[in-house]
Amino acid sequence: MKAPEPEKLEAHSRRTFLKSLGTVAATAATAQVQSVAAELEKANAEKVLGPGPVPVVLTVNGEKLKLALEPRVTLLDALRNYSSLTGTKEGCDRAACGACTVLIDDTPVYSCQKLAIEAQGREITTIEGLARSGKLTKVQQAFIEKDALQCGYCTPGFIMSVTALLKRNPHPTLEEVKHACSGNLCRCGTQPHILQAVLLASGVEVTTKTEVLHG
Amino acid sequence: MASWPAQTKYISHPTTRIDAVPKVTGKAHYSSDIQADGWLYGMILRSKWPAAKISGINLDKARQVPGIQAAVKVRDGEFTVRFYGEELAAVAGTSKQACLDALRAIEVKAEPLPFVVLEDDARKSDAPKVWDGSSNVSPGRPREKGAVDQAFSECAAVIEGFYTTPVQIHHPMETHGNTVSWTDDGLTAWSSTQGISSVRDSFAGALQLDQSKVRVLTDFMGGGFGAKFSAGVEGVLAARLSREAKAPVRLMLTRFDQGLAVGNRPSSFQKIKMGALADGTLHAYDGENYGTAGIGAGGDSGGGGGGADIPMPYLYTVANSRVKQSAVAVNAGSSRAFRAPGHPPASYGMECAMDDLAVKLGMDPVEFRLKNDPNEIRRRELTIGADRFGWKEKYRPPGTSPGPVKVGVGCAGAAWPAGGPNRRTQGEAQINPDGSVEFRLGVQDIGTGTKTVIAVVAAEMLGLKPEQIGVKVGDTRFPPGPGSGGSTTCSSVSPTVYDICAKALEQLQAQSGIADARGENWFAACKKLGVTPLTVSGQWQPGLSSSPAYGVQFAEVAVDTETGLVTVRKVVAVHDCGLIIDTLTLESQINGGVIMGMGYALYEERVMDDLSGVLLNPNFETYKLPGIADVPEIQIVLLNMPERGVIGIGEPATVTTAGAIANAVANAIGARVPGLPITPAKILNALGRAPAPLST
Repeated sequence: MKAPEPEKLEAHSRRTFLKSLGTVAATAATAQVQSVAAELEKANAEKVLGPGPVPVVLTVNGEKLKLALEPRVTLLDALRNYSSLTGTKEGCDRAACGACTVLIDDTPVYSCQKLAIEAQGREITTIEGLARSGKLTKVQQAFIEKDALQCGYCTPGFIMSVTALLKRNPHPTLEEVKHACSGNLCRCGTQPHILQAVLLASGVEVTTKTEVLHG
Repeated sequence: MASWPAQTKYISHPTTRIDAVPKVTGKAHYSSDIQADGWLYGMILRSKWPAAKISGINLDKARQVPGIQAAVKVRDGEFTVRFYGEELAAVAGTSKQACLDALRAIEVKAEPLPFVVLEDDARKSDAPKVWDGSSNVSPGRPREKGAVDQAFSECAAVIEGFYTTPVQIHHPMETHGNTVSWTDDGLTAWSSTQGISSVRDSFAGALQLDQSKVRVLTDFMGGGFGAKFSAGVEGVLAARLSREAKAPVRLMLTRFDQGLAVGNRPSSFQKIKMGALADGTLHAYDGENYGTAGIGAGGDSGGGGGGADIPMPYLYTVANSRVKQSAVAVNAGSSRAFRAPGHPPASYGMECAMDDLAVKLGMDPVEFRLKNDPNEIRRRELTIGADRFGWKEKYRPPGTSPGPVKVGVGCAGAAWPAGGPNRRTQGEAQINPDGSVEFRLGVQDIGTGTKTVIAVVAAEMLGLKPEQIGVKVGDTRFPPGPGSGGSTTCSSVSPTVYDICAKALEQLQAQSGIADARGENWFAACKKLGVTPLTVSGQWQPGLSSSPAYGVQFAEVAVDTETGLVTVRKVVAVHDCGLIIDTLTLESQINGGVIMGMGYALYEERVMDDLSGVLLNPNFETYKLPGIADVPEIQIVLLNMPERGVIGIGEPATVTTAGAIANAVANAIGARVPGLPITPAKILNALGRAPAPLST
């Protein structure tokens, strides 16, 4: 099997190639070896993007965002540095903290790990897109009421993770909430109030157990 | 003398943050969100050598990278770098991608030098010297009280322990950095800082500008924990880039940078020998400690602590004591103040020794503390905490919990004496004829709720609602206030706002003729101002704030003796901070202190590689912070003491947690794990169950 020439494969098409290789492996197992070569040829024939800026259209919060970006620009970078949507935060830029969480078609995604060009044609929702009507969502209201934020830098990421959770599971258990937020870090240590806020947003009334003794 | 009202509507009640809406909608503009007109992206090139002589930096190729508009060296000529990650040069360009390309194009001529990164290696006499001609180890300042050796011979029980704590890294979620615009008119910096005034002064000093020509703005910032008080090398580089490019430059550190060069909590290696008389009275203490504050320690700091000293012996009265401490210089980033500097390691070492000695004496650890703690408030907290925690029912002798998953309990105490108010805090309010009001104070809200504190106090004093109070902070053009350090902001700001309000009411009365302008009379009184707003200045007043704060925490853990995994099940935190301003944000601060202390106990540690001199875990996938699933149930008990005035809480809340957890682990498994973080590997080692190393 002739190896592909990696330098000719831009990140975008390389990914498509790898994806196709997965299906190829299955078919190859059924001895249709010639299809491997066909797939390779197809992959190599894809238009190589970049390295200079290419036109990119992102659908963010229901609006089209037309940008010229190098293919290596991440969705996070595109939002924060090529548009004014700075609500999505950069905490690590390497998929470890969750501050950059956005929704892509209702799925929470680390926007620092998604190339902007890959996010085209999908519905992207950022923190700015939640209260578009001017009315805060239940999740946002609950975060305020339970003080589920301190410095607030991780807050947009948590709110996006929780928003996605409640959309697919309106009445999660505490364990399910923890699981949904396990990709988000908070250094101020707000997690107990975040758990309370998510329960509140799902309709469970939570009262504080804190005691204040006088004198 | 001024005094707080006895009956309150907002003070000591829960109030939601007045700046919460912008934080939950993404509209809050943090320092890293600033998009000044024509702004450029900035990045720093750092040393890949732990020690090297730099003889040349060539920026020519970097300047040719498309999009690059400025490039500067950290200094000209030959110089020495002393840690992996020290700044060498910086570039500014139209995109992050251009900057990344430019950093790769910078040529550096360097001659690597010998280095040492581990404390015990650096203490050896033949170790490479971090600072030429100076010892790596500061001489220390031994001090002795009473007759220690004699006293040990009188003790009924004596323990000796070696308790160590790692270098901990602050890692606020927003990294250090600024957007800086430096023109002929002056310098404006949007800084992620805890101290707008100290940042202004450090910019002015470093760039030889009049302080009046520098303006620092911090509307929202993403955490600091003690590490963000200065413009820093990164701020000065951003300013120079801005000057060269004639454009504003946003230069925020990467997470990787954050781990290397902008502060940490020094390590500690505490050798403690301690003895008590048969009745449980502490009688003799001999403590030796060394630790590293990175390159900021050792001989070149002029001897002495070099930033690694901790209070020893901590909290408890010991009639005879001897203490010797020294700081060890290593080739690693310097320490900076970190939430209650010195106290978490001090609490951990002393509280471990207390439990070990109580066990040896056959005394209940809580009873042992009650007998030796000189502080009445903390003894009360210990008693209340023991009751809420169910100590009597839960405590059992070490290692006697049945089954493979062993349960244990522990406690520890805190004192935070540095939390006194800044007596020169000033502020002003503008009261408009329509009744709207805006308070302006030159402080900053680092997530602790300072804006909300101002609104709560003002609302209480003026008879309005907190949401009716406009609050502006984070601008050096406002009347000056303290940096947010030492848990001093709340106790500095609250009396200042009190004073502004008292003066405003006096003047409103004089101008409107309405005897009491508060509450329902407010708008009528303001209307009488006609067309000219009333501006009132005020300052901190005595009698409304104090220090110190104390605190006690109890922890319950479950330790899986087969895997070594520690689960913290519950923490009871009993704290005092004088007059409570806002119970809701106070709860948040205590939760945060407990969780940060838990990270210190179980997960966090800067790991240096002795062979390469490189920091091995600068990022979150390897520097572990507590996640939401790790967080235990936290039960908070607050002592509200209005008679003491306002006291800060940020720091005392994090002091005790690691000691309490460490004691709970020792109680569970019946063995002392030497040193934080208490990792599964250390648990298995302590139990003699560590798997044999893999042979190669």
